[in-house]
Amino acid sequence: MKHLLSTEDLSLANAIRILDTAEEMAAVGDREVKKLPALRGRTVVNLFFEDSTRTRISFEAAAKRLSADVINFAAKGSSVSKGESLKDTAQTLAAMGADAVVIRHWASGAPHRLAATDWIDAAVINAGDGTHEHPTQALLDAFTMRRHWSQLAGSASTGADLKGMRVAIAGDVLHSRVARSNVWLLRTLGAEITLVAPPTLLPIGVEHWPCKVSYDMDDTLAQGVDAVMMLRVQGERMNASFFPSTREYSRRWGFDDNRLRALDSLGLKDTIIMHPGPMNRGLEISSAAADSPRSTVLAQVRNGVSVRMATLYLLLSGDTREPAATAGAARNHSTKESN
Amino acid sequence: MTSVTNAPVPARVVLNQADIDRALTRIAHEILEANKGSKDLVLLGIPRRGYPLAVRLAHKIAAADATVDATAIVGQLDVTMFRDDLSHQPTRPPYPTQLPRTGIDNKVVVLIDDVLYSGRTIRAALDAIIDLGRPRIVRLAVLIDRGHRELPIRADHVGKNLPTSSAEKVRVRLEETDTAADGSVVNEVVIEGGA
Repeated sequence: MKHLLSTEDLSLANAIRILDTAEEMAAVGDREVKKLPALRGRTVVNLFFEDSTRTRISFEAAAKRLSADVINFAAKGSSVSKGESLKDTAQTLAAMGADAVVIRHWASGAPHRLAATDWIDAAVINAGDGTHEHPTQALLDAFTMRRHWSQLAGSASTGADLKGMRVAIAGDVLHSRVARSNVWLLRTLGAEITLVAPPTLLPIGVEHWPCKVSYDMDDTLAQGVDAVMMLRVQGERMNASFFPSTREYSRRWGFDDNRLRALDSLGLKDTIIMHPGPMNRGLEISSAAADSPRSTVLAQVRNGVSVRMATLYLLLSGDTREPAATAGAARNHSTKESN
Repeated sequence: MTSVTNAPVPARVVLNQADIDRALTRIAHEILEANKGSKDLVLLGIPRRGYPLAVRLAHKIAAADATVDATAIVGQLDVTMFRDDLSHQPTRPPYPTQLPRTGIDNKVVVLIDDVLYSGRTIRAALDAIIDLGRPRIVRLAVLIDRGHRELPIRADHVGKNLPTSSAEKVRVRLEETDTAADGSVVNEVVIEGGA
């Protein structure tokens, strides 16, 4: 694994490997010295062409906990606003010796472009591209669900998958890269996924996705669900009338106080409520739901650092200087005796 | 020297199950003797095979000293993140680090590993320990010392000193971590390769 671009082509073994490594990384947060020397001397560039708070800070914290040097690059106030192309920006970063580029871009596919060309020879991590994918968000969601799911089963989470877990992903699926990444990853991990959204906020071709589709939130809850993931209504991408009013949206598809009570009356005492953030309180999720003991919003943020540490570690710690021709041979080469 | 062949040298067993058990029993008593009892003792095994050895040693120490609870003094210390060869090898996934409930501050920590070779694993372990707390004393116990040190590190307790050539491989197989090709239980130390 050289890059992390999408969860669609992430194998089950690699997904479990990232989640298991994240489990070890999580323990570092509880230590006296919250730092590991694993990536000393490596440089991680946060290349953000789009606004972000938690993802950028999370990647920064993850890289710093592994002792990497972090360079933050925001398109606003940079040469990009003078018209510099992605190619020139990438080549500039390559000349500065970046070992990994964490890229968020408004254009779907920008990270693939960076990884597929010879503009830069660094590991590329997709931190959200347009309406395409946001793999580390899906991994941290899966990590949060896996901890919950194995705690319910009374077993260790290491090595486990999500077989049999019923997950509802609700809201603005059309614009959501989080939903796309989650659908692919959770399918790989064996969860049963239902998308809940108004028909106008579902993408064309959703019937070919490996999940069920519902237009009715209450119906989905009544059928039983182990995790409800609310998606943010993306006001900045709402350039058409997708629903009549915010009031109607929150009534029909939001997680409001009535639905929070409904979980109790339906006997779903272990169902968790997830949100990738930032939340529109009162629109897709009510304050009572966001602050209830069922909410995993803050756990997701905490787990985000662990998952990103695992990703950076797995992509950057090995011998990255090998020529591409022998990469396959190096993978088969068994690890040296660790005497 | 009469003949030199290039045929692979068959693996030869240097310690069998009974030998390993006797060596561990002696090390357990040496640890107690050096520490003048079991006070403040913590055994930290280095994954993978150091940890099962630490568990076995803890039980032997508990058998010799009734005041000791074997499970309360043993832990696992992963050193992957602290290795100096991380960037020269394929990526290694980390193992869990689990400390005994008492922690390691002001304790007598005995690091346990299967084979002492270059000393680099132990160097990494010393760094890992410093990030976790401040023990009063750190000691080192290994099942095999095969020489060829690259750092100024030595073991306090050694199961067997095994002179080897660096072309040879020393393999420790324990029933907790390994199974033989035919699926049977193994507890042995073998030398492979070399000439």
